[in-house]
Amino acid sequence: MKKKTRNIKVDYLARVEGEGALHIKIEDDKVSDVKLKIFEPPRFFEAFLRDRDFREAPDITARICGICPVAYQMSAVHAMENALGVKVDGPLRDLRRLIYCGEWIESHALHIYMLHAPDFLGYEDAIRMAKDHKDIVERGLKLKKTGNEIVALLGGREIHPINVRVGGFYKVFSKNDLEPLKENLKWARDAALETVRWTAKFPFQDFEQDYEFVALNHPTEYPFNEGRLVSSKGLDIDVAEYENYFEEEHVEHSNALHSVLKGGGSYFVGPMARFNLNFDRLSPMARQAAEEAGLKGACRNPFQSIIVRSVEVLYACDEALRILESYEKPERPYIEAEPKEGVGFSCTEAPRGILYHRYKIDGDGKILEAKIVPPTSQNQKTIENDLWNFVPKYMDLPQDKLTWQCEQAIRNYDPCISCATHFLKLDIERT
Amino acid sequence: MSGKSKPKVAVWKFASCDGCQLSLLDCEDELLALTEEIEIANFPEASRAVVKGPYDLSLVEGSITTPDDLSRIQEIRRLSKTLVTIGACATAGGIQALRNFKDIHEFVSIVYASPEFISTLDQSTPISSHIKVDFELRGCPVSKAQLVEVISAYLNQRTPNTPAHSTCVECKRRGTVCVMVAKGTMCLGPVTHAGCDALCPTYNRGCYGCFGPQENPNTISLGDRLREQGADSAEVVRAFRSFNAGAEAFLKESERHEKENQKH
Repeated sequence: MKKKTRNIKVDYLARVEGEGALHIKIEDDKVSDVKLKIFEPPRFFEAFLRDRDFREAPDITARICGICPVAYQMSAVHAMENALGVKVDGPLRDLRRLIYCGEWIESHALHIYMLHAPDFLGYEDAIRMAKDHKDIVERGLKLKKTGNEIVALLGGREIHPINVRVGGFYKVFSKNDLEPLKENLKWARDAALETVRWTAKFPFQDFEQDYEFVALNHPTEYPFNEGRLVSSKGLDIDVAEYENYFEEEHVEHSNALHSVLKGGGSYFVGPMARFNLNFDRLSPMARQAAEEAGLKGACRNPFQSIIVRSVEVLYACDEALRILESYEKPERPYIEAEPKEGVGFSCTEAPRGILYHRYKIDGDGKILEAKIVPPTSQNQKTIENDLWNFVPKYMDLPQDKLTWQCEQAIRNYDPCISCATHFLKLDIERT
Repeated sequence: MSGKSKPKVAVWKFASCDGCQLSLLDCEDELLALTEEIEIANFPEASRAVVKGPYDLSLVEGSITTPDDLSRIQEIRRLSKTLVTIGACATAGGIQALRNFKDIHEFVSIVYASPEFISTLDQSTPISSHIKVDFELRGCPVSKAQLVEVISAYLNQRTPNTPAHSTCVECKRRGTVCVMVAKGTMCLGPVTHAGCDALCPTYNRGCYGCFGPQENPNTISLGDRLREQGADSAEVVRAFRSFNAGAEAFLKESERHEKENQKH
């Protein structure tokens, strides 16, 4: 007898960064194939980083992603400093956390309000959502702007900041220069708390999964730039050991490499992983807001990632204010880093999860080898797994509704395809 | 506006980092007002709704690097009354144009384990190499203010006001001390197109050319000066070969120093 086939197809996934598609095939009411296709053209960063000077890495790698350039700059400078044996401490270290807070606020606010919330409220986009909820969209935009203000001041501009360098910054600021950030941040902290309460009331699909969460873990801080790599299933390694435990697979349907745990399969990075593995490192205010929203440090439903992202915005505002309170201008804008032969590793927490860089440089500071593993290529396999598990539960939905929900399931991860190509197209095929 | 429909604006992406189209969403203060005046008819990064063409204004980000994109850009041109390219990738090929100087097969095999899965062209080229472009907005990334200016100019059928002088002039206007004269810092400001308001020198570093060459730049003179200041030819090649490596003036100057480098 001929099989009954149904396809779910999205040729160009919207409200994600970059170009991807989805194709799901259902045969006789069983999912037979899920492909998250990445057709974003590859740009070969690791190849053209070869022969460049080690000082160029933060400017060049920033161009991998216009949404999270600070993350690339942070991973690049920390990896170079690791290779050169340079340790950046004190107020310079604080400034790096501060600029990262700015990027988290900007990137998360963009995703929460512009890209993800419209799914929960049934709008095609935030602009249409603004017709009925103008105050809310305006709050989101202002929140996003507050994050951008931090990046623009410390970094020179919002996209591809110019002030980050190996060893520190080109220019540093006095306490007075940074003072104007405070007023908007205080507003933003209240707005972030409202955001947690707002998103907590959304209707959530019942979809708890058993994931292996992977994130940085630092002894005292919620992680940005430092820490050990830990997982919810017992992994606890130094960042330099990353490639011993994780590997990239190249699959035919994707221009992005799938990253997997050697012998273990898929894993989950990003806000939910950080939150679950570092709940006790959040500020009291962020922790309390999460608890009031019903999350006690164990969120396993990716549809609720929007609440976790909101908690992280709250944390980032709180942390930024804490840093500004105790900040004193560093004596020097940067620590001199002389070239020397070596290999350097770094993992930092990009808004979407861990971002791994490794560089090999020669005695003149020339880059001999570069390896970059962005968060989205690490989540790609988990996203496909979610769809394998999600579609059977919601098979009876009409085609357009099921397609939209599959898109939403992908947007749970705030995938950044520009990053992952090195990385998305959605079609669901039903037989 | 009764009875009159809003102009339809579309945003398209080719090989790029998404940063230039993000600049539109980064117009936090202007975005909702802007959507009162225009209809966002196709902007996948922001909306799942797609309104069919033709479009009054298309903004194109990214460079052409794949066989499929060669035909896609032709289709977009056919659908667009006015087409504006935004950013260094679309106007000069972007950082990915560094492939133009190397063997692409080697590049693919460095990044991908199974190069046979990858379909790519050996050159990264600007949009204007393939279709007629009505206006090119420079920058890596573009300036938000200039992007809003370009949109409003085209909606009002006037020419955008985006100064074509050099970054150097912007620096003088801001009263920033010249980093090249005062500190001997390598700076591309004298030959780089304005647009960033001379950002880098105000942050104690030299311009690295995000906005590409200005009109009629004296790159030879600058290249020589950089050498006199102590930069070696490889450094000068790298300086001209970054985010606008494929822009003609920068390309020629980098080749001049590369030849010299090979002589030694």
